[in-house]
Amino acid sequence: MTSLYDEVSPAPAADVPTKRVTINVNGEARTVDVEPRLLLAHLLRQGLKLTGTHTGCDTTSCGTCTVLFDGRPVKSCTMLAVQADGHEVETVEGMSSASELHPVQEGFKQEHGLQCGYCTPGMMLAAKALLERNPDPTEDEVRWALSGNLCRCTGYQNIVKSVLWAAQKMRGQNPEA
Amino acid sequence: MAPLDELKIGGMGASRRRVEDNRFIRGKGRYVDDIVLPGMLHMEVLRSPVAHARIKSIDTSAAWEIPGVRLVLTGETMAARNLAWMPTLSYDTQAVLATDKVRFQGQEVAAVVADDPYIAKDACSKIVVEYEQLPPIVNPVQAQAPDAPLIRDDKENQPTNKIFDWEIGDKAATDRAFAEADVISKTELHYPRSHPSPLEPCGSIADYDRATGKLTVYMTTQAPHIIRAAVAMVAELPEHMIRIVSPDLGGGFGNKVPIYPGYVVSILASILTERPVKWIEDKSGNLISTGFGRDVYLQGEIAMRKDGKILGMRMHTISDHGAFYADAQPTKFKIGLMHSAFACYDIPAAHLTSEGWYTNKAPGGVAYRCSFRVTEAMFFQERMIHNAANDLGMDQAEFRRVNLVKDDMFPYRTAFGFLTDSGQYKKCLDIGLEAIGYQNFKAEQEEARKRGKLLGIGISTMTEPLGAGNSREYDIIGIKMFDSAELRVHMTGKAILRTGAKTQGQGHETTWAQIVAHELGIPADDIVVEEGDTDTAPFGMGTYASRSTPVAGAAVAMVSRKIRAKARKIAAHLLEVSEEDIEWELGRFYVRGNPERGVTIQDCALAAYSNVPDGMEPGLENNAYYDPPNLTWPFAAYICKVEVDPATGVWDVLKFVAVDDCGVRINPMVVEGQIMGGLTEAYAMANMQYITFDEEGNCIGANYMDYLLPTAWETPGFELHEVVTPCPHHPIGAKGIGECATVGGPAAFVNAVINAIEHTGVRNVDMPLMPNRVYEALKTGSDISGMPPVRVD
Repeated sequence: MTSLYDEVSPAPAADVPTKRVTINVNGEARTVDVEPRLLLAHLLRQGLKLTGTHTGCDTTSCGTCTVLFDGRPVKSCTMLAVQADGHEVETVEGMSSASELHPVQEGFKQEHGLQCGYCTPGMMLAAKALLERNPDPTEDEVRWALSGNLCRCTGYQNIVKSVLWAAQKMRGQNPEA
Repeated sequence: MAPLDELKIGGMGASRRRVEDNRFIRGKGRYVDDIVLPGMLHMEVLRSPVAHARIKSIDTSAAWEIPGVRLVLTGETMAARNLAWMPTLSYDTQAVLATDKVRFQGQEVAAVVADDPYIAKDACSKIVVEYEQLPPIVNPVQAQAPDAPLIRDDKENQPTNKIFDWEIGDKAATDRAFAEADVISKTELHYPRSHPSPLEPCGSIADYDRATGKLTVYMTTQAPHIIRAAVAMVAELPEHMIRIVSPDLGGGFGNKVPIYPGYVVSILASILTERPVKWIEDKSGNLISTGFGRDVYLQGEIAMRKDGKILGMRMHTISDHGAFYADAQPTKFKIGLMHSAFACYDIPAAHLTSEGWYTNKAPGGVAYRCSFRVTEAMFFQERMIHNAANDLGMDQAEFRRVNLVKDDMFPYRTAFGFLTDSGQYKKCLDIGLEAIGYQNFKAEQEEARKRGKLLGIGISTMTEPLGAGNSREYDIIGIKMFDSAELRVHMTGKAILRTGAKTQGQGHETTWAQIVAHELGIPADDIVVEEGDTDTAPFGMGTYASRSTPVAGAAVAMVSRKIRAKARKIAAHLLEVSEEDIEWELGRFYVRGNPERGVTIQDCALAAYSNVPDGMEPGLENNAYYDPPNLTWPFAAYICKVEVDPATGVWDVLKFVAVDDCGVRINPMVVEGQIMGGLTEAYAMANMQYITFDEEGNCIGANYMDYLLPTAWETPGFELHEVVTPCPHHPIGAKGIGECATVGGPAAFVNAVINAIEHTGVRNVDMPLMPNRVYEALKTGSDISGMPPVRVD
């Protein structure tokens, strides 16, 4: 069991209620005691130390906190950790193995789909979910699928190219051809 | 031996894939909020809900009672340590935590430090502040009313709300030009307040160690060395005991240059608790309290001859600086480099007058993705040029051709005294016109009218000053604007490079290594780049105003050349010839006349640690401080074609062509990324992105539901073209590029929309050109002013 905020010395006050939840995070069952009001994004970042999930706007607008919830993109800053009990959550840390990148990750690097990197994990997860249900999207379909994720650096054009690159690769085509 | 292929070693001109991406795509970036220190506490800031009020009392007792609260700070806590006020980057003062009054909505009033961020937020909500409300001032017109309340009653010798009057240029010569003119064209408009809004808000972790006396601050800053100097002055700590670390930044765009109260409070909180204290601003805090851009009113006039020749121009700007004059800009220039306006045009006489005002709005006019208010300058310029061509009845492209500085006129001294040194302005314009299909536009426009649609075309041509210094003219609070690089070549020929700049998405870890590869022939993959830690990086002024490549990038080239000069001596020693007989090709020295006999740079590196000639210091490392002789002057021609739906006022971009000349491109892929990103911010400001205030001084735009940023869905595609005119004074011929598109882009969009509707008599619609404004303008045939506090939407 992982204790929350273990960087903080005192234990939570006795009168703070907690609830035990088990969430499958990146293929591994994690059981934690959480305050009912704890946001999923904060559980992932602070409790489980998965800091690839970012928080940007706190209002479900920017999408930097996007994770896959049972395979569908959700914004983890507006979801309670207790709502994830018994569900599967995938974060950016779960996208690649030690030796192999997911094609979406490769695509973002090849097509310069990122600059500061802050929106990138959420963007890539939204793209991965798209490609899993639509392996051959049009440019418009990519743009629509990513319209819940803001980027301030790239202007999106290269992000769209990155996703199309990954789609080609996942279909077994050579994206560099 | 075949010479090295520079592109294969990742040298200049290679679209090398970025090395920093390897961690970002795995979620392994390390931003401030990702850092956890042992025993770390969390801080939350309480902000003022009102724009202007006297603080009658603050009761923190209920906050102290919440379990897990370690410290509650108010203005009184700060004042007891002489920290209630701090200096700004423009020689003004700014409240850290308010003591007497609050002067804008969102101003920092108190702070709570607790075991976790939730507890700190809970406790903040328990602080009771009693305010006595005062009339708020939300624009410069109200600020200058004779009976206007005095916002800065804390200052001596501040009888009114005016901050400054400033002027530059030759008034007499300009008056003469206007007297001789055949046609005078006038333009008035407002460039609305905007916020850079990087997705990552600001934050810090202050870690004061009483045992050593050392203060370490992990902080979202684009300029760590300036912060170190400022902290030394504000907190009265010795500079060598302050370490500022700027880790990965989730965007900056100018927002992360100033010093914000949250940083200072977290430092004091760490000193008082003797624990690391983390403060992470929320998005609303970022949008309502930190450095904004623009908010300038312009009146401008152009004097012309009938044949289109511009004889003179004058501008008057009225700028709204908020409650504290906290602009991040060079000391000598009160309204930034506004006088760079019209630098690409050959104009004999010009005069600029400026006034700045305090209002009850957030402080800190930062250079939002531009070099010190150059965005306003170029937007005003191109809106004035557009109106002037119309007033003359001359074609927009032809009017620009007549007045653009010609290729054979460089170096060219502008009427305001800048020296532009290179460019091919007409060529860039012509490439853009060809690409957009300018020749056929009139016919296309006619055809569209038959379909009930209005087409418009907008041109924006501009050169902007990027890369401050030189240090004679450019300083921030007295600190000269040069930059630096330090290069250490290890014995196996691998190297580490550090600079005084600080990347925040620009890709320095990739591109700086390419400059070293170009100068030394060491493969870029063999060079690691580090920035942002003041304990290890050489002193520099940081990254903003597109100054990294013009200044720090030049220092990288210069330090590489110092390394090469020493390696040449080592090579002579290894080859047993005199230094004069040594020739250089990329990555290798050889004996003149005998190219087979040579040693590589890696051979020299090994010898530097194992076999140096008698009398030579061992090692192969050096540093360079670079003070540029001039700014760099990239040029851009942006041309936009839009279709306006008269039934709704909605406009769509049909095509956007960008022709950029930023000199030699180190990494073309990265340059194009900068241009596309900049054009998107230009589109944002033209279309939707602005911050305004109601009559009470409430910020409208305090979250992403009110402050609209474009998504992948709306943002148009951009067609990029390239012209290369090397910068004559930069060691590798490069010019700045990070901001050209944000600076020059907005006018292309706006000119295009205005062009589509100007047959109705409309001359101006203030940004953002939201559908309701465009619709209203079309319906009434009159101009639409966006001047707050009256919202038209």
